[in-house]
Amino acid sequence: MDILLQIIVTGFVTGGVYGLIALGFVLIFKATGVLNLATGALMTLGAFVCLTFLTRLGAPFWAAFLLTLVVELLLGFTIERVVLRQLIGEPIISVIMVTVGLSSILHGLTHIVWSPEHRSFPELFPPEPLDLGFAVVPSGLWWGFVFAAVATALFLLVFKFSRTGIAMRATASDQQAAQSTGISVRWVFALSWSFGCMAAAIGGIVIGNISGISIYLGDIGLKVLAVIILGGLDSIGGAILGGFIIGVLENLAGLYLDPVFGGGVKDIAPFFIIVLILLIRPYGLFGKKIIERV
Amino acid sequence: MRCADFKTSYIADEAIFQSLFVKCALGVLFAALLIFPFMAGAYELYIANLIGFAVIGAVGLNILTGFTGQISLGHAAFIGIGGYTAAILITRLHFPFWLALPCAGVVSAAAGVIIGIPSLRVKGLYLCVATLAAQFIFEFLFIHWEPLTKGIRGINLPAPQIFSITLDSERKFYFLTASLVVLLVAYARNLFRSRVGRAFVAIRDRDLAAEIMGISLFRYKLTAFAVSSFYAGVCGALWVSFMRIVTPEHFPFHLSIQYLAMIIVGGLGSVLGSIFGAIFMTLTPELLNVLSSALSQMLPGLQKLFIPMKEVVFGTLIVLFLVFEPRGLAEIWRRIKTFFGLWPFSY
Repeated sequence: MDILLQIIVTGFVTGGVYGLIALGFVLIFKATGVLNLATGALMTLGAFVCLTFLTRLGAPFWAAFLLTLVVELLLGFTIERVVLRQLIGEPIISVIMVTVGLSSILHGLTHIVWSPEHRSFPELFPPEPLDLGFAVVPSGLWWGFVFAAVATALFLLVFKFSRTGIAMRATASDQQAAQSTGISVRWVFALSWSFGCMAAAIGGIVIGNISGISIYLGDIGLKVLAVIILGGLDSIGGAILGGFIIGVLENLAGLYLDPVFGGGVKDIAPFFIIVLILLIRPYGLFGKKIIERV
Repeated sequence: MRCADFKTSYIADEAIFQSLFVKCALGVLFAALLIFPFMAGAYELYIANLIGFAVIGAVGLNILTGFTGQISLGHAAFIGIGGYTAAILITRLHFPFWLALPCAGVVSAAAGVIIGIPSLRVKGLYLCVATLAAQFIFEFLFIHWEPLTKGIRGINLPAPQIFSITLDSERKFYFLTASLVVLLVAYARNLFRSRVGRAFVAIRDRDLAAEIMGISLFRYKLTAFAVSSFYAGVCGALWVSFMRIVTPEHFPFHLSIQYLAMIIVGGLGSVLGSIFGAIFMTLTPELLNVLSSALSQMLPGLQKLFIPMKEVVFGTLIVLFLVFEPRGLAEIWRRIKTFFGLWPFSY
């Protein structure tokens, strides 16, 4: 019983981080209709940039963190302006493949600039684990969760109340109507990309803090696809809830099925879940059901 | 006056050999394919074999993605299934090679049909994610289904034997690869002159409209998956018997992307394009390899960066082609042909 509770709590906390990364996917998808498969590479890059600011320049954590966000923000702008804008209106395969290509470029560059060795973040948070009484959460995971939760909440507040956020939501619901009220749709596209990149970077930093940094850190980005497919590609609430569900499910699968299959089930479980959801309810829990007319 | 390409009937328009010139060009090509192994060294033949496998795989993927419009991020998984099937049939059940090869294709096609089932409900982005999931699930199976696949140690194969000839050198293997490439490419080219191929294209252009016109989406989408995976399976079986070993590391997600890159660079929805793409994307890393070993005297440590450099170059090629030449090398080739077709009086 104890181990079950422990696993559920761990899964829940991991799920919070997944929710944040999923938010990055959803922000970009909602506004521009692009599934950004480069998210993983953006996460890895964010983690490495932050680490470099911390260790090479000796910056305090908050400064390194903010600088990383600025770097990713600029990167998001650049990607949207230079690559994605050329492809507006192109078939879906072009748009997906361009993000795959970008991912390949970013991953390769990260590999060239920072060699592939595994590294760990300097100690940022107090190392005592959090004791909930019925379960214990390791320090990195706990602080990562707090971080992800705060970041998610901030994104949501911006989305809900700020002028920019409202413009983004308007664009997501109807591009033409938004444009006719004077919203610059291009600006919103660029903003969504930079927000998406920032969310990925925070996700990368948090994951790096939990399990150390290597160039393969971004592989989690593909697992998070399960989260957004479950939640519905265009639902922010779905992304957050989906994060928790997938986090718990994959840890449970790891606990019960790993002995049967000899390890590795935890990493593959999200993909099984993807297939199941697509067969049963393709638009996810809260996604918009698309009705097609010829 | 008759000028360039001028046809008066549909039959002429559909003909495979459009003109005497095409026949001659093909004749020259076949002659070159036959003479090549006697002129080339082991390394060139090794590359030629790799290009042959890539052509088969790329044509298969193009049938599914370029012609039928079903994006697949799991092509490497199907290649892997073909490879493992061939390896297991040959080593465990002692199938002769000539029988194991089509069997690998058939098993792979069956797997393709299963993975294709979600395509009946979902499309576009969602299908893309489904095939991505299939890729990782099969990769997991290759590693963890140890009794069958021997896990990460992989399976060693003997040199393939056809009747009494053992294909133990690059040169002997080349003839097998080349004849299969010609056979499968010709089949693909003909497929798109038939009812089935036209149904594929109709599904790509607008699936709902196609269904209203009487094309059964269920049947044709699954057929597309089956044909495409059959090609992938044959490609995998050939590759594995050429390498004489199969391990899970041969079929990573990266390979799927590489094949997609081939058909994008070559040209989506063009058989010729897949061939161009396969040649281009096989030669590029080899060229990089040569370059980096040439420069390694001046810049030590460059050799270590070969893999990431390859990644960057692939990514850049994909992005550049999608932005500047979305119809790929096949379109460039067509433009060159048109230019010379009317030359020197193009106006």
